[in-house]
Amino acid sequence: MTKALKLTDLSKTFPVGRSLFGKSTGSVKAVHPLSLSVEQGETLGIVGESGCGKSTLARMLVGLLPPTTGQIEIEGAALDTADPAAFGKRIQYVFQDPISSLNPRKTIRQIMEAPLKRLHQMPAEARRKRISEIFESVNLREEFLDRYPHEFSGGQAQRIGIARALAANARILILDEPVSALDVSVQAQVLNLLADLRKTFDLTYLFISHDLAVVEAVSDRIAVLYFGSVVEIGPAEEVFAAPKHPYTKLLADSAPVVGRALTPPEAEGTELPDPLNPPPGCAFSARCPRASETCRAKAPRLTPVGASSEVACFHPLSE
Amino acid sequence: MTSFLTLLARNRLALAGGIVLSLVVLLALLTPVLPLADPDVTNTSNRFQPIFSDGAVLGTDHLGRDLLSRLMWGTRLSLAVGFAAAIVAATIGAGIGIVAGYYGGRIDNIIMRGVDMLMAFPYILLALAIVAALGPGLFNALIAVSAVNVPFFARNIRGITVGIAHKEFVDAARLAGLSNTRIILSEILPNVIPVIVIAMSTTIGWMILETAGLSFLGLGSQPPQADLGSMLGEARSALIANPHTSIVPGVMILIIVMSINLLGDGVRDALDPRLKSGALSRPMAATRVDRAEQPPAPTDQGLLEVKALETQFHIKDRIYRAVGGVDLSVEKGECLGIIGESGSGKSVTALSFMGLVASPPGVITGGAAYYEGEDLIGAPYKRLRDMRGRNVSYIFQDPLATLHPLYRVGDQLIEAIRAHRPIGREEGRAKAVELLNAVRIPNAEKRISDYPHEMSGGMRQRVGIAMALANDPDIIIADEPTTALDVTVQAQVLTILDDLRRSRGLAIVFITHDFGVVAQLCDRVAVMYAGRVVETGGTGDILDAPRHPYTARLMACVPELGGGKRRLEAIPGLPPVVDNLPAGCAFADRCDRAQDACRSGDIALAQTGNHAVRCLYPVAQEEIA
Repeated sequence: MTKALKLTDLSKTFPVGRSLFGKSTGSVKAVHPLSLSVEQGETLGIVGESGCGKSTLARMLVGLLPPTTGQIEIEGAALDTADPAAFGKRIQYVFQDPISSLNPRKTIRQIMEAPLKRLHQMPAEARRKRISEIFESVNLREEFLDRYPHEFSGGQAQRIGIARALAANARILILDEPVSALDVSVQAQVLNLLADLRKTFDLTYLFISHDLAVVEAVSDRIAVLYFGSVVEIGPAEEVFAAPKHPYTKLLADSAPVVGRALTPPEAEGTELPDPLNPPPGCAFSARCPRASETCRAKAPRLTPVGASSEVACFHPLSE
Repeated sequence: MTSFLTLLARNRLALAGGIVLSLVVLLALLTPVLPLADPDVTNTSNRFQPIFSDGAVLGTDHLGRDLLSRLMWGTRLSLAVGFAAAIVAATIGAGIGIVAGYYGGRIDNIIMRGVDMLMAFPYILLALAIVAALGPGLFNALIAVSAVNVPFFARNIRGITVGIAHKEFVDAARLAGLSNTRIILSEILPNVIPVIVIAMSTTIGWMILETAGLSFLGLGSQPPQADLGSMLGEARSALIANPHTSIVPGVMILIIVMSINLLGDGVRDALDPRLKSGALSRPMAATRVDRAEQPPAPTDQGLLEVKALETQFHIKDRIYRAVGGVDLSVEKGECLGIIGESGSGKSVTALSFMGLVASPPGVITGGAAYYEGEDLIGAPYKRLRDMRGRNVSYIFQDPLATLHPLYRVGDQLIEAIRAHRPIGREEGRAKAVELLNAVRIPNAEKRISDYPHEMSGGMRQRVGIAMALANDPDIIIADEPTTALDVTVQAQVLTILDDLRRSRGLAIVFITHDFGVVAQLCDRVAVMYAGRVVETGGTGDILDAPRHPYTARLMACVPELGGGKRRLEAIPGLPPVVDNLPAGCAFADRCDRAQDACRSGDIALAQTGNHAVRCLYPVAQEEIA
């Protein structure tokens, strides 16, 4: 079985600071070399806190950012051009803010036609038919097509965003916090719609979110990102239920859950490592209760633990 | 477009300018068909005829040419050159600006430094230099005036384009396969056109003046051709003896430029979204209160008691009932959670207590908020100001927006204390350090001189809490204080709030949309929907056995950690818009238990013990189990 998506040693380094003549004075590793693969039809959830590199990763996957190193392989074929149009037919992106991802001066029909016209060179009649098919599948009425984006609520706008991604006919969707700008009652509608679409069109999802419960509810597997690296990856029902990396455990313990008393999950005043001056060993070692000398000197690599999990830790938690 | 025109017409000066300008333009257009004398026929025996003389209504000039005819033809020419120059400058300038702003990086750098060099010359000197190089003539003057104005447009449009080029819809267009040229033409350009129009409308008068200036110096139109500038230039020598030869073209220039500027200002005001939204109209210091009925008396329940509070927004002829009769109370040391979706009125309720809802458009139309028996709604501004921060203080969602970016956090803390009592430098500093320690900011002595941008989100929110604590308030109103924070940081901030209320006996009103947070922090909860409390009671009671269908279904549609992969119980439809609330229960349209009785009349909050619910067919206990 071919993998829908395969990443090999993908990384991104941003130059920071500018001297007078435009030379950068330092660099920030937003994503450390990272290898992942996603099966056809699978949903891989990616969780992490702000600044962990999840959005940078997403933008590289659709060609909006050229990677510093590494390769992206989609359905068995390598894609190394940084031309979003080449990516567009095979992998699409659903944005976090549904309203600002729609051009305020275009009608919904114009927005929907762009991918059909530019990526698939469809004639007008075929476009009209395809748009009504897609609109039907995301439960939107066709009369919306002649309106402008500001006339829609967040939930409707996000459906339009999803419809546009479907129009490109890509089989892989990168969903970058697709529901975090929505109200909870609307959030559930959109999550269910995504689940239905995946079944109908046999789609593969990469679902990025900071909300652990949402990721757990929609994913088959979950990868936990910390400071630009995957620290743990495993089946959705195990990652938070039986965390193996201390950071995953900290995340799971911090999430407010009905029926659990409020206890501070970690010592006060811990701050994230400085990206300009990263620690030599494990990035989590300064916050980790299990950290040893090895952790502070050497960065752990992702190693298999149990049947289907991998964890990057010298002292993983066991059940 | 019609709304733009009505907005424009409401501005009387702009309307007057528009009418005058249209008249002038109309006359200029009609000039060739009007029965006028030939403007270029000289008749030296008839020179310097006064105004209203026979055969020449506006008199004649030093060569005996008919001034009225010359004025009309001159106006026609000046307007044409001015408009042409504005269009040329706007097109070239906007083109340069869009390319520089869209591509950024080196292209931007090279183009903008070139533009900067153009701007470094005084404009009239530059125009003179261009005309000197090209030779005098109206067409060359047009080139000079356009060139001089290109940098203005380029800089303006570049700034706007940089903002638009980083919007998500541009990324989306790229993924839809659009080329850069297409993105510029179909995504960027339609969004910058309003700015181009605004910039043009405010500079076109200026360009007509500049063209007239060059003609006046003899570098524009060449004799015998008349334009307003050259007419002035020729009349210069007879300024004292025959002033009317100068006054006639001078008055016309004044009329044109004045009317264009008035109209241009009007166009800018009507098109500029910042001005349209009313952000520049300053809100009043306290919310307007306009209560039709006597508010209900206090019943001595708790420290803060809100009774039948109603807050509305009056926008044009629409009335948005953001808060429609809310009763709440909170006691010392208690934490009350207000839970609801966006638009449910939870924040407006909390802002109404201290008169912090922006007015206009906000109006408090009914009810009372009693703080220790004293009604805060309608209290004089001086009293409210004295109580804000000292008795009741607020913590907001985004600490980066509430802290001033240019002052050190310590200074902002000291300022908050000084607003209520005089305090010396040393004492203020010591108190600020104490406050930062209270919210567990490590190394408070040093961090007191940090600027907000030097702190992480969690640290900034701690400063926000410290600021709320600065004057030892009794009540803290926290409006989604942890929504913008990461989960690990959220847990820390919640712990701090919980400890504070236990150690200081603070009452906390905690506004959120997260049931997990409510469960961990709050003693009692009020669930709001469409501006009303639909259910209230002890946190445990409500979370274990919600009785209102909305509460039950809202809880069911939020995934909970540890549940595994599953389908969620979504609520169909959308919350109603509060300017058009249905009769009866606002949730009826989305509720699967709704019956005819739910859609008429007012449904009261029915109390059973400590648990109250606004529903005719509440969920029974057995159904949950």
